[in-house]
Amino acid sequence: MAETKATLAKADGAATRVFAPIVLLALLALAPTLSNAVDNPFLIRLFTRAVIFAMAAVALNVVLGYGGLVSLMHAGLAGIGAYAVAILAFHDYDGSKFVGIFPGTGNLAISIPLAMILAGLGAAITGVVSLRTSGAYFIMITLAFNQMLYYFFVALQKYGGDDGLQILGSLDFFGLDVSKRATFYYFALAALTVETAFFALLVESRFGIILRACAQNERRVVALGVPPLRYKVAAFAISGAAAGLAGAMWATGQQFVSPSDLSWVRSGDYIVMAVLGGMGLVWGPVLGAIVYVLLEAFLPAWTQFWQAPFGVVVILIVVFLRGGLLDLVGAKGARGNGGGRG
Amino acid sequence: MKHSFRIAVLAGVAATFAASAARAQTPLKIGFVSSMSGPEGVIGRDLLDAFNLALKDKNNTMGGRPVQVVVGDDQVKPDVGRAVVDKMIDSDKVDLLTGINFSNVLLAVIKPILDSGKFYISPNAGPSQLAGKQCNPHLFSVGFQNDNNFEGLGKYMKEKGFKKIYFMAPNYPAGKDMLTGFKRYFGDAMQAEVFTAMGQLDYSAEIAQLRAAKPDAVVMFYPGGMGINFTKQYAQAGLMKDIPLYTGPGTVDQTTLGAIGDAAIGMYTGAMWSEFLDNPASKKFDADFEAAYKRIPSQYAAQGYDTGHVIQAAVDAVGGKIDDKAAFQKALENVKFDSVRGNFKFNTNHFPIQDYYLVQVEKDAKGRLVSALKQKIMSNLADAYVGDCQMPK
Amino acid sequence: MSPSLFVEQSLNGVQLGVMLFLMAAGLTLVFGIMNLINLAHGSLYMAGAFFAATVFQLTDSFTLAVLVAVPASALVGAFVEWAVLRRFYQRSHLDQVLVTFGLILVFNDVVRMIWGVVPVPLSPPDALSGPVHLFGGVEYPAFRLAILAVGALVALGLYIVVSHTRVGMWIRAGASDRPMASALGVDVELVFSLVFSAGAALAGLAGLMAGPITAVQVGMGEPILILALVVTVIGGIGSIRGAFVAALIIGIGDTFGRVLLPPALGSMVIFMLMAAILAWRPKGLFPVHG
Repeated sequence: MAETKATLAKADGAATRVFAPIVLLALLALAPTLSNAVDNPFLIRLFTRAVIFAMAAVALNVVLGYGGLVSLMHAGLAGIGAYAVAILAFHDYDGSKFVGIFPGTGNLAISIPLAMILAGLGAAITGVVSLRTSGAYFIMITLAFNQMLYYFFVALQKYGGDDGLQILGSLDFFGLDVSKRATFYYFALAALTVETAFFALLVESRFGIILRACAQNERRVVALGVPPLRYKVAAFAISGAAAGLAGAMWATGQQFVSPSDLSWVRSGDYIVMAVLGGMGLVWGPVLGAIVYVLLEAFLPAWTQFWQAPFGVVVILIVVFLRGGLLDLVGAKGARGNGGGRG
Repeated sequence: MKHSFRIAVLAGVAATFAASAARAQTPLKIGFVSSMSGPEGVIGRDLLDAFNLALKDKNNTMGGRPVQVVVGDDQVKPDVGRAVVDKMIDSDKVDLLTGINFSNVLLAVIKPILDSGKFYISPNAGPSQLAGKQCNPHLFSVGFQNDNNFEGLGKYMKEKGFKKIYFMAPNYPAGKDMLTGFKRYFGDAMQAEVFTAMGQLDYSAEIAQLRAAKPDAVVMFYPGGMGINFTKQYAQAGLMKDIPLYTGPGTVDQTTLGAIGDAAIGMYTGAMWSEFLDNPASKKFDADFEAAYKRIPSQYAAQGYDTGHVIQAAVDAVGGKIDDKAAFQKALENVKFDSVRGNFKFNTNHFPIQDYYLVQVEKDAKGRLVSALKQKIMSNLADAYVGDCQMPK
Repeated sequence: MSPSLFVEQSLNGVQLGVMLFLMAAGLTLVFGIMNLINLAHGSLYMAGAFFAATVFQLTDSFTLAVLVAVPASALVGAFVEWAVLRRFYQRSHLDQVLVTFGLILVFNDVVRMIWGVVPVPLSPPDALSGPVHLFGGVEYPAFRLAILAVGALVALGLYIVVSHTRVGMWIRAGASDRPMASALGVDVELVFSLVFSAGAALAGLAGLMAGPITAVQVGMGEPILILALVVTVIGGIGSIRGAFVAALIIGIGDTFGRVLLPPALGSMVIFMLMAAILAWRPKGLFPVHG
């Protein structure tokens, strides 16, 4: 009897953990077709925005939903990735060298991994300091780091300062021209798929289990002889690298990056997306990002005072859908494991 | 509820009639992207209100085509501006775009706009790279190049014999442009060049330093809320009487004067327009704007108004056929319209050649704060970057 | 920097600190006692400024503006506590952040609907609109001196209430051990409502004191909210004394940082201070909870 129940639960889990995201990603892959069918090329742009936001929100959710860490610096981390791509492209375009040594490049096969490494490093370094704190202190110290990154890029007058940096040259990925919108959309969607699959495997691994255990009861983890800080820093770095990937994609898609992409409010938006979608599953934030982008695009069309209804939507979701939108589709296990939401 | 429903139905019926009347011609769609929400919403509102006012002159038609203005809010965020612009190009299929007030938003969207083959007519933002190296056949600025207002101030203050100038601005490219412009005519010898954080609230520390330095004059550029903060605090420190305060566009005008209050009296601004400018177009604009919106127009409004007329005149000149891009470009380059600024023409880089004035905040007969015209400080000023612009044919 | 300039800048730093303390006091009390992160605290600051501006415009009396705006802000606070936030004391910090973020959006749009997008005027009372001469030739804006005085009075008042009265005892009890406090018969719900309203009144007071110095406009609460959160966290959540010390550190640090450092670093000073202090003491300078 007990065994049957467990098998059932497992099958149910597989449905929400494996099949649902595959269906969702497959549906996303249809966006360009849909866009052509209704003759509205803007839909591709809209979904490109959703897919890239989803990458950042999925990255955040690994530490938020599974690690119980409310980070307000993921916009900053994504910004590191975005600026890495844009600065390399800048030097590629004008033939100069970064700090007089490194040549630029428009090849994303080089700049994307570099963007991820830099963002991951940034997360690791700040993580060592910030992960010593917890709760509200952690929220605030990550906010502080986010603001430092923001002002750092504002100070880079050579790269546009507060005005931001346009990517004027062309970007490619092993010869794949990503400037075509459908091409770039599939490119971003592929990256999101890889990212989601990677994190799905990660959270089920021993590493992921320890991370969740840290969030639920850190003392017990310590008692088992596992150093929680090391695991948390590693998770934060991996999450940061993935945010860097999202940032790199952002810069590529927009052909522009500016410090306002690093504002702490954007970090907050990522949290809203993760919570909106549901933090209990790796792919929940994808759903949240799609809904967020649709709301953001269509609410202002209805009323000039669109922020108030948007605020009310956020409040209602927190009050009534404690597992995010995943609750609506009846996904089991949608409730956060990480204890981020009690 | 029922009542508003009936109004909606009536409006719908009216729209149908209007549409059928103009069916002979497909409407000309203009995408108007600007900052409509948040603290900067006041700027977008003035630009748009005046733009719409200009279009009313010919019953919202241009070149025989009815005009439809699609409004978008960039929220002062470059990425939101980009999303709005994408939607307008791809989904609303607008024919041309205008409206943006902030340089960082403009720089985020200008490449996709021009890549899509649309024209962009800038009412306000005029960053130096777009006037120079990145000038473009389809890009026109009806406002000014960022350096210009301060070039006028620099020339005036040098002639007046000011020696010790204390310069302050937010730490961002437009702030640097303003300083560059000032020094171009004043010379490089400044007493101090202070750059503060964007959006700073409290200037007490900077004002204390400034007072201790005893300058002949303070030249500052703090658009929007920052200008309100700085000016109030400057006045409360008792400096308004001792050290004259000079500034540029968007800092002390009708969008902020109400909030600053009497503290602003006596301040000087380098401007390309004042509500007291003596020409028929300007007088008509003053009267029409006040009648329509019950307030005095700001310089932003003047720019939005002229932008509407520039587009109208050029579209009229090509008989509504703006798809003939070469012809439309030529029509814009040689545009003839009644500018509220009187003297206006486009340079070869599509930025204005125009006059600049010194205005001072005073109270008018009705006790309202206004920007009174003092004197012309620059005639036929072109920007300094036109030499870098190799306009593609 | 000459001695008199140094004195003036120190005054500026303390004045900014006192201003931040007015904001942070309410935040830290609510945070410490109800365990509620209230991002909408900045909206109450905005409400205070707008109420004061309206009354000042109608009556031309700053005193009346203060007398109306402070209780009005407290009422708005009490209403929000009763209508929404009461349900969130037991929820996670993340839920609280989201709900109060939603409230910010609602508040901003409501203010925009009522007062419009144009910043509204609010000037200091005539008697305080200019500078006064202090010792050693220092000239200082009179209104900023008033802010200093009000802030110091509030700090003193809070100190007396919290450490020497029965209400204060409940507050301290609630902050350090809630279940125990309610077991001992403290009407926790009432204390919570009172504390929240008091915090809102302080935020409204801060807003109306800031009004004559800064722009009274939609969204004015957010930048100050961030600073107040920084102060709250550095001081140690729930600690009034911590908030006071932290507010002075931030006020003075920011003032001198802006003057002495290049602009890019100047704007980072506050956040570098916070990161450094939290790296050194992860629960702030004066931790309340174990």
